[in-house]
Amino acid sequence: MAGQATSQDQAAARRRWLLLAPALTILVFAASGPLLITLVYSFLAPGAFGGVEWEFSTDAWFNVILQRDIFEDTLGWSDAHLSIFWRSVKLSLMTTLVCLILGFPTAYFIATRPKSQRELWMLLIIIPFWTNLLIRTFAILELIRNEGTVNSVLIGLGVIDEPIQMLFTEFAIIIGMVYVYLPLMVLPIYASMERLNFSLVEAGYDLYATRFQVLRRVILPLVKPGVIAGSILVFVPSLGAYVTPRVMGGGNQLMIGNLIELQFGQGRNWPLGAALSITLLAIVMVALILYVRAAGDEDVRHG
Amino acid sequence: MAKRGFDIRRQTGFTTIAMACFFMLYMPIILLVVYSFNSGSSIAIWEGFSWRWYVSAWENEQVQEATVRSLIIAVWAAGISTTVAVLAALATTRTRKFKGQSVVFAMINQPLMVPEIVTAVALLIFFAMIKVATGYTGLLYLIMAHSAFCIPFAYLPIRARLQGMDLSLEQAAADLYATPYQVFRRITLPQLWPGILAGAMLAFVISLDDVVITEFVKSAGQDTLPTYMLGQLRRVVTPEINAISTVLLAISVTLVIAFTILSKRKT
Repeated sequence: MAGQATSQDQAAARRRWLLLAPALTILVFAASGPLLITLVYSFLAPGAFGGVEWEFSTDAWFNVILQRDIFEDTLGWSDAHLSIFWRSVKLSLMTTLVCLILGFPTAYFIATRPKSQRELWMLLIIIPFWTNLLIRTFAILELIRNEGTVNSVLIGLGVIDEPIQMLFTEFAIIIGMVYVYLPLMVLPIYASMERLNFSLVEAGYDLYATRFQVLRRVILPLVKPGVIAGSILVFVPSLGAYVTPRVMGGGNQLMIGNLIELQFGQGRNWPLGAALSITLLAIVMVALILYVRAAGDEDVRHG
Repeated sequence: MAKRGFDIRRQTGFTTIAMACFFMLYMPIILLVVYSFNSGSSIAIWEGFSWRWYVSAWENEQVQEATVRSLIIAVWAAGISTTVAVLAALATTRTRKFKGQSVVFAMINQPLMVPEIVTAVALLIFFAMIKVATGYTGLLYLIMAHSAFCIPFAYLPIRARLQGMDLSLEQAAADLYATPYQVFRRITLPQLWPGILAGAMLAFVISLDDVVITEFVKSAGQDTLPTYMLGQLRRVVTPEINAISTVLLAISVTLVIAFTILSKRKT
């Protein structure tokens, strides 16, 4: 009997891996495999015209944050790279914060609608999310460019005489990223808010809490997992954003994504580009692990 | 009843912010659509209604080629990713925890977790090696890349559908001496169909909209509609771009609404 059971298990396992094989083959070929090769490339020397020389080198990793002064042969911080890293983190954090300030009340608003209306409101959030990121970036670009709607209206009203230069600034990138990633904040917050038990809110009021106290002491702690999830979901793609800073920043305000692209275009330093990619990936993974930890703790506490 | 009409669900200012959010989400898109019908060549000054930019986009050879290319890639990518996702979902759903399960899930979800720019660079490096080795520079690279990042989007709705399905019908069929293939063909597949359709539509939209990975993987002269638009944004923009955007928007919105209806349907 035991022998039969194991042979059945083996057959089931074989069947399972056969079914998984096509998907895993494609993923190895066009997702995980190339990622490993990128890791290898980051330890090679750059070729003269793009590509790599097959010799071991850690220069690319040095160059991620350091640079060698060619005249004095001393090592120093690579100010250009550090300022781009700093800008990426800063703009992503600000995007996350603005999304939170806008997204939390929106999710709350939807969660407190009658049940029959909620799906419709959520659909209104989901539709922009599934429409082309480039088109949405372009829509916001048309709005804030010098000849765009905002400036035209302000000039028409006589508020300003000259158009305000908004495009190609950090402000423009934040506006663009908030616009593009806002649904990612609303979705998880709404998901945890929908399960919120409003009798707890009522109990808070019965105990003479003010609206703000109820929000801070009752609602916020209960929907914290959703808030964390939303923040991570906005922060991670913001950090790796490429299209929005390229279109809204106009090539002046680089973020990590654009710095990576440069290494495969004009810069022609593939190993450095590979090392920068792996660095970005590592930061994202740390953020995701922190998120899983936080979500896990939350589960334990609520039992 | 301390205060009559005291609504415990109300938070001061929240409704205003929510309304501002919805306004902010839709106003730019609506303006974009409106100006696609502008008879002048400005995207900010309205001069009257006309179809002229739709006609000019339709007659633009580059746009035609990019559209056909986008559709070919999206159809193949959606077809391939949905097929393999169905098989993968059958293998990983309604089963006990198996050895290597977490690795499998990590691999399937990888395209969702790794930043697009990183995947794009990785594919550029890998495909450059293959291009040098084989000399082949056709569309297969783009189809492969799109199929891979569409897999999680096809997999998730199919898996969700499968998890909600009752095992007893399949067991009954097996009791009546149906072969495993017959069980799949006559029982599992018809029940799974809405999930498959939903997954395929999602994969199609995701492939159609992709910019970053396509931009890095494409060979010269392989622009898809989004990468063509990205290139155009560097020049003086005419409402032709608005017209193309409007058509793409209409396709996405239709598919997303259809997807929502499909995945809500219980039977």
